[in-house]
Amino acid sequence: MGNPASYIKDSQGRTGISAWIFSTDHKRIAILYLVSLMSFFMAGVTLGVLMRLELIAPGRNIMEAQTYNATFTLHGVIMIFLFIIPGIPAALGNFVLPLQLGARDVAFPRLNLLSWWIYIAGAGIAIMSLFTGGGPPDTGWTFYAPYSVKTQTNVTLAVFGAFVLGFSSILTGLNFVTTIHRLRAPGMKWFRMPLFPWSLYATGWVQILATPILGVTLLLLILERQFGVGFFDPGKGGDPILYEHLFWIYSHPAVYIMILPAMGIISEIFPAFSKKNVFGYSFIVFSTLSIAGLGYLVWGHHMFTSGMSDTSRWIFSLLTFLVAVPSGIKVFNWVATMYKGSVENDSPLLFAMAFVFLFSIGGLTGLINGALSTNVQIHDTAFVVGHFHYVMFGGTGVAMFAGIHYWFPKITGRRYNETAARAACLLLFIGFNTLYFPMLVMGWLGMPRRYYDYLPVFHKYHFVSTLGSWVVAASIIIMAVNLVRSARRGAASEANPWGGRTLEWTVPSPPPVENFVQIPRVRRGAYDAPEKDGN
Amino acid sequence: MPGESAYAAGGNSGSNPESNVHRDYLGAKFGMWLFLFTEVLLFGGMFLLYSVFRSRFPLDFHKGAEELNVALGAVNTLVLLTSSLSMAAAITAMQKGSARLSLYLQGTTVALAGVFLINKYYEWGAKIGHDIYPGSEHMMELPHGEIIFYSLYYVMTGLHGLHVIIGMIVILFVMRFTANGVINSGDYIKLENSGLYWHLVDLIWIYLFPLFYLIT
Repeated sequence: MGNPASYIKDSQGRTGISAWIFSTDHKRIAILYLVSLMSFFMAGVTLGVLMRLELIAPGRNIMEAQTYNATFTLHGVIMIFLFIIPGIPAALGNFVLPLQLGARDVAFPRLNLLSWWIYIAGAGIAIMSLFTGGGPPDTGWTFYAPYSVKTQTNVTLAVFGAFVLGFSSILTGLNFVTTIHRLRAPGMKWFRMPLFPWSLYATGWVQILATPILGVTLLLLILERQFGVGFFDPGKGGDPILYEHLFWIYSHPAVYIMILPAMGIISEIFPAFSKKNVFGYSFIVFSTLSIAGLGYLVWGHHMFTSGMSDTSRWIFSLLTFLVAVPSGIKVFNWVATMYKGSVENDSPLLFAMAFVFLFSIGGLTGLINGALSTNVQIHDTAFVVGHFHYVMFGGTGVAMFAGIHYWFPKITGRRYNETAARAACLLLFIGFNTLYFPMLVMGWLGMPRRYYDYLPVFHKYHFVSTLGSWVVAASIIIMAVNLVRSARRGAASEANPWGGRTLEWTVPSPPPVENFVQIPRVRRGAYDAPEKDGN
Repeated sequence: MPGESAYAAGGNSGSNPESNVHRDYLGAKFGMWLFLFTEVLLFGGMFLLYSVFRSRFPLDFHKGAEELNVALGAVNTLVLLTSSLSMAAAITAMQKGSARLSLYLQGTTVALAGVFLINKYYEWGAKIGHDIYPGSEHMMELPHGEIIFYSLYYVMTGLHGLHVIIGMIVILFVMRFTANGVINSGDYIKLENSGLYWHLVDLIWIYLFPLFYLIT
């Protein structure tokens, strides 16, 4: 069989762009997703920087109020539907999952390609909503009725784009769940599977079971706008709170779609860079499944001030506190993995440690949100904005950066500049806290969210926060330049530059099209030290 | 739940071992069931809405149901049940090697689906003719519960009708594959999976019918 060509060199008979956009190779599809996702991320970051520029001082600075409303709506829609939800599963999961399982591809390669095409179609439709009809939506990414029904802006098209994107998410989840059931290498029992596939498994189930609810909710919103069906209209017997329930029944599990794969990446990095088995593998597995399951039961905590009964509210609050426990278990296990390990402070580990710190703040502020008494104080304030950026950006975003750095040699076959990576990580950490910690403070003091203007008493917090946004933007640029240059011209990488113990490190960097010359037979746990023969 | 890996189960069984096309019968079925779960949840969300509103407006729902044509609804129920029968028989025929019989039975399924849609057209037409449709003046004058009842009726039977159309298109493709031999007695998973989809479409109607027509 000799030395098969890498997936980058071997175009499988197609030429030019067709070799990529019609390829059913999971690795090429992962690259398609990675490029698309990062483009949308950059657009979302730009919108964020613009928002912070507007908020640098009270009053009008660079845009009108209507533009600001559209900007934060678009920022949310792009970041959530076009970046974070597909994010790690589509870009890194697609590349790494079959390799970690010892498989040649996912269960349904053509469906995988279709997922990407649907993603692009949904993104295109959402982008179109910027330019047609009444202009970009100004409802916030949550599209609450009744305003979303009445506003003259282009809600229907934007929401239809999100609806289409939902199919992409469902198909990816379906593909991964089937892949994990059917294509694990001989000898890889469930509890010999690495933790990243476990996280993709749990995430896949959430994608399959939760996304359809969003689908029906968005459909109903479109029908409400176009035909006046009345489910959310009290004048016809409906109820706008019904919209909130339906919306959050999906959107809360969605945040677990965002965080579980991120935690999966962190669970890979800590053992690899501690040269040790992960601490408490089974507990991490059960925590992952618990988070996915419990995550379905807590949606009401987004609606504590909507007029629900006291009984419903304390039940949701209790369950919200309960779902924090497995996340806590994971944090303890990651840290314990480093104990008595041989720790290498390379950039993937630095990003992973940043994740632990930032996600912990995010998680703890989540509890403050989840307690009924404090929730009244901070609902719809900048505190909530700080909280979710700590978990979504400081959590999932940073974990994605960690994963991109960790698997960069495998994906590209090259090494990036370690000094630049560390600089980017440090700068990001400093900038991130400067940007978002003031939001926690001013939110507590009463600064509302989604407000274009504010009282002078909040000025100093906004000013510091905007400075932080520039530092974050700079760090992202440093990181992007480092990775893009190195992808083209970096030094060649060996198969296993980090000394990882999972199967993807046993194939060349970058891997050949078919991944494995011979499907491996697995005889050990995912993070156990390999035998002398390398297996 | 298939516990074995596709490798252990002989993932390439039934086809050329030299081929680099990966065939996994259990995997394909598993994936189809996962997709069906998403459909169950899609309609489940609507049924949730129905139950919430019905508990709010029990009398109005009762009145609305009286206005629907039970006979036509019952005929449609029989039509869909029969189409499920013909679909299941189409699969059995293929398993036993009769591709031609399977093709006829698939065609019967599509024809019955067409009958269902024609009946639906008349039902909706009657209501629209009486000025009862979302946004109409007459509908706005009705009590709230009745407005919601009819809106739910249109949305849920409409969504269901859309799935009937999708199912018909899928089965038409399957008929083409049967005719040209892509689906054969050695490899008929596409037929089976479309059969599963069709049974789901039928099952959703089995729930819709009593909830809208029979609750008087």
